[in-house]
Amino acid sequence: MSWWKRDKPSVQTPAADRTVRTEGLWVKCDECRQIIFKNDLEKNHQVCPKCGFHFKIEARARLELLFDGPFEEFDKELRSTDPLEFVDSKPYKARLKQMQSSSGLSDAVISAHGKLDGRDVNICALELRFIGGSMGSVMGEKITRAIERSIAHREPFIIISASGGARMQEGAASLMQMAKISAALMRLDEVHVPFISLLTDPTTGGVTASFAMLGDINIAEPGALIGFAGPRVIEQTIRQKLPDGFQTSEFLLKHGFLDAVVPRGELKAFLSRSLDFFVDRA
Amino acid sequence: MSTPDSAASLTAPQPSDPIWQRVELARHPKRPLALDYIERVFTDFEEFHGDRAYADDSAIVGGPARFDNRPVMVIGQHKGRDTKQKLQRNFGMPKPEGYRKALRLMKMASKFGRPIVTLLDTPGAYPGIDAEERGQAEAIAVNLREMARLEVPVIAIVIGEGGSGGALALGVANRVYMLENSIYSVISPESCAAIIWRDAGQKHLAARALRLTARDLLGLGIIDKVIGEPEGGAHEDHEKTFESMGAAVRAGLEELAPLTRAQLVDDRYQKFRRMAGFFSEPQ
Repeated sequence: MSWWKRDKPSVQTPAADRTVRTEGLWVKCDECRQIIFKNDLEKNHQVCPKCGFHFKIEARARLELLFDGPFEEFDKELRSTDPLEFVDSKPYKARLKQMQSSSGLSDAVISAHGKLDGRDVNICALELRFIGGSMGSVMGEKITRAIERSIAHREPFIIISASGGARMQEGAASLMQMAKISAALMRLDEVHVPFISLLTDPTTGGVTASFAMLGDINIAEPGALIGFAGPRVIEQTIRQKLPDGFQTSEFLLKHGFLDAVVPRGELKAFLSRSLDFFVDRA
Repeated sequence: MSTPDSAASLTAPQPSDPIWQRVELARHPKRPLALDYIERVFTDFEEFHGDRAYADDSAIVGGPARFDNRPVMVIGQHKGRDTKQKLQRNFGMPKPEGYRKALRLMKMASKFGRPIVTLLDTPGAYPGIDAEERGQAEAIAVNLREMARLEVPVIAIVIGEGGSGGALALGVANRVYMLENSIYSVISPESCAAIIWRDAGQKHLAARALRLTARDLLGLGIIDKVIGEPEGGAHEDHEKTFESMGAAVRAGLEELAPLTRAQLVDDRYQKFRRMAGFFSEPQ
């Protein structure tokens, strides 16, 4: 109980009026909280020009960043058949439909072929917006087929990861994709065709615990969350606060699980140099 | 992924729920554990320790043994029986060094042409700071890839809880079997319920949705065989369970015996290549 009672309600400003509309010209950096001119952010590949914070970007933008020009997409129409007829807050089938129409993708990965610095490569880019970039049967199949194409044509293979892990809604079928892709990577390894894994924010669970950690080199963008168990699960298990910087790219680099942390703007040149080491240009 | 006994909820599942009963049987305190099978289904077991890099993880035990008087490598996830053992075994939740030890032993078996039998029973790979620092994800990933390369027969049997990637890291086998009342899942029912309904107490609903029983997984083509358990569950009659498992291992090894090294690798590859192809595509 307060001592003084207000007779009239205080002045309420609707939330919408409290923010100044700038027609989307400016954004605030999630990290340094500074105001950035949107054009500058776009020119800098969605990396904050003030502090270097890497904003999340879509799978398609990733591919556009790395390929020299247009690229060919594979297995675009592969769709999950919902093996468990899974229902959570809504049926998995409905969730898929909604995701498919909002993203324009059939599932959480784009499988593409094109040229990187003049060299033919296959790249699979995971789409985080599609059910958290989670891996089910479709992703497993698309990535495995891309590996098989890389073997058949002896073209380097790159995966750009952004995922919460295996897709719960497909149960053990999702789990088995980890084994399927890893086995295919064994075959790629046997024929000495390079595989580079690029981990971006966030990469956790069954994706980290399979292909994302199996590159001839594993690299990550700065500041990405990378781990097996998610930070919340670990906190609940050990009932302690996690140390600062735990499970970041820099943490993994320090502990020996990444070959390099590479800023977005330097990725293409880095990949090109690495591939030059692995295989001679035709 | 799962956390040990994270289900602190008041909404108890219905006692008559048959799926949840199986989950409880899979975790039954008197259920035979990996070391019980290793000692009773196999003979002359000799435990080998350590990953040659960091430590010996007692959540995973392994070493040479004999089966029908023939040498095999047997590796299992062991939860421990009483509180003291459970703590020592970290509740059967392996750390990276455990997976690396298992891989070291499997490669040893492959080198010398000895078949491998793995026993899966874990709530999941340990989710802790030290495990992350030493590369839990990398350890599991490497096992998945390297198990695909083994040139000997590999049989994996889920004996209790097949907890996600932590179990699969010993599960890339030519034949995958499950005991009738064991479970195998991408996520524990408790964690799944916590994500979907924000309430671990809905675990029985999650268990149903996940289709994690041996029969379900046989139907989905994810495992090859269900090993029957005695009336009431494996804990009711250990001897009978050991006999059933022995018969399954014998049959599996006989099936795989005619295959050459290259055929064994190919057999395993094709098995996982075809597995869980739950997608459609326009012709």
